Amino acid sequence: MAIKKISKTQPENFEFNKKNKETADSIIKNYPSGKQQSAVMALLYLAQKQNDNWIPLSAMKYIAKYLDMPYIKVYEVATFYSMYNLTPVGKYFFQVCTTTPCMLRGAYNLVDVCKRKISEEENRLSKDGKTSWLEVECLGACVNAPMLQLNEDYYEDLDSKKLEQIIDKISNDEVPQPGSYRGRLSSEPENTRKTLIGNKNA
Amino acid sequence: MLEDKDRIFQNLYNDFGADLISAKQRGDWKDTKEICGKGREWIINEIKASELRGRGGAGFPTGLKWSFAPKEVGSRPHYLVINADESEPGTCKDRDILRFEPHKLIEGCLISSYAVNAHKCYIYIRGEYFNEGQKLQTAIDEAYKDGLLGKNSAGTDWELDIYIHYGAGAYICGEETALLESIEGKKGQPRLKPPFPALIGLYGCPTIINNVETISVVPTILRRGGKWFSSLGRPKNTGSKIYCISGNVNNPCNVEEEMGIPLKELIEKHAGGVIGGWDNLKAVIPGGSSMPLLPKETCETIKMDFDACVENKTGLGTAGIVVINKDQDIIKCMARIARFYKHESCGQCTPCREGSGWMWRMLERMAKGEATRDEVDMLLDVTKQIEGHTICAFGEGSSWPVQGLIRNFKDEIIERNKFDPIVKKQKDIPYLVDQHLLEKENA
Repeated sequence: MAIKKISKTQPENFEFNKKNKETADSIIKNYPSGKQQSAVMALLYLAQKQNDNWIPLSAMKYIAKYLDMPYIKVYEVATFYSMYNLTPVGKYFFQVCTTTPCMLRGAYNLVDVCKRKISEEENRLSKDGKTSWLEVECLGACVNAPMLQLNEDYYEDLDSKKLEQIIDKISNDEVPQPGSYRGRLSSEPENTRKTLIGNKNA
Repeated sequence: MLEDKDRIFQNLYNDFGADLISAKQRGDWKDTKEICGKGREWIINEIKASELRGRGGAGFPTGLKWSFAPKEVGSRPHYLVINADESEPGTCKDRDILRFEPHKLIEGCLISSYAVNAHKCYIYIRGEYFNEGQKLQTAIDEAYKDGLLGKNSAGTDWELDIYIHYGAGAYICGEETALLESIEGKKGQPRLKPPFPALIGLYGCPTIINNVETISVVPTILRRGGKWFSSLGRPKNTGSKIYCISGNVNNPCNVEEEMGIPLKELIEKHAGGVIGGWDNLKAVIPGGSSMPLLPKETCETIKMDFDACVENKTGLGTAGIVVINKDQDIIKCMARIARFYKHESCGQCTPCREGSGWMWRMLERMAKGEATRDEVDMLLDVTKQIEGHTICAFGEGSSWPVQGLIRNFKDEIIERNKFDPIVKKQKDIPYLVDQHLLEKENA
């Protein structure tokens, strides 16, 4: 259970834009009638995307009304799950996985780079105000360790040098190519593939 | 070693592409109508005959689980829920299925839904797998367009709708009842069992929950026969399995292999060996971070299947193999795993919520050599207080790796934390409860 801090500065109002309203309505239809509460996680995520990657309290109140459920239930969900940011984060949000399989392959070197090149502390905006970083738990790409998530994309098979290049590109507002940085297309063994040989490059 | 023709996931490395046309060329969606035409009983019996065990970690027989669903649909609809909330450190097999073999999963959903009388299927994907979810959604859209889903899915006369539900970064939602809570739009805190989800699950209706890999192998089993599947591996541990090998190996990889393949073969042959050679091996976590680690001596001989792992006081779990070599500090590695569990505890049961933090803090101190000698036994005692005293299996999952560490590397911990405050009368140790004893002479 992660400790979550609520931002001290909060916008007064929040409302879905037209496109998100349509998406929200179609998500609600995925669930049986009367069970619209199920859509709360997806709606929070939509709100987060609409509001520069974080969820203000007004959005929670808005979603509570939208789904006809108590505000506290939305608040519970928003504070329980770690992917909801309740304070502003950078436009480019680096999440570095440091759980053991990544740690074994040098994830803390990536953390050092983030400390040096983005900000000394987690969740603090960089000098240009565009990026922030966070240490997170297993992102489920252990075979491609060490890796990090930048907004929605995975950057895999990294090392300090490659991460430095990525951050440099980001500071010029250029989004680098996601995926493996050692040229792997999947989680196949490099060089020593022993299985499914007949399929290779089919 | 498994022959290539017997591998179920032919596109594990994305040699062909994940779209419907190439999936059909690989044999997916072939004779789906005929398979369903043979009836529910036949499907469930065939899965029972294959002795397929759940691939999500617990290894529960899948056919048996399906037979728990009520035979007739009563007033409440049935649901099928697929668990794609893959967050166990060391495991990344479901991700490859979602992005490279989505049609195996979708076809499996159709057949399993038919077998358990479900018209709706929810796939719970962890929120971080956003791109993988999009790829699955593309595949689902393709299937709808081709008449493989929806009313009269694939000509089977069975109506099925598949929906994706994204999680939002909570490991505990991989626990089946927490997952149901999460789909219902609540905090992901596990429910008490019984009642089991097969009778009272999602929205209070009968629900069957299976892992992605379990469902994805179902169509192939039914096409090639339960006998074929059970001929691989050994009795009660049949079939093939995707192993994820990560950590200090030369070529970390996912590979589909026969159940019961020796661990040494997996590491040496497929993963290119331990960094620094086999003799540089320190320990291996065989089944995702929740399972106790194995020392090098056991790694020489152990075969990777459910029962062999249990015999060696560990578990196959999700078959996420994490290799740790001698360049690493084993206590620090386990302290990091303890931190993971401290972060992910849902906070519902006191032993787990408090205990996971205790274990983490004690291990951090032990890694630095700041603990006292007695604390090693105290730590073991804490793990025993958590294990079995919680609603879900998270308590076991968080305490087993610590128990494994103490069982196999106790000497190393004591070596590093050897000072005895009572005998040597070291003072000012703030966390020492019986500090007053130090003040007494001859204590």
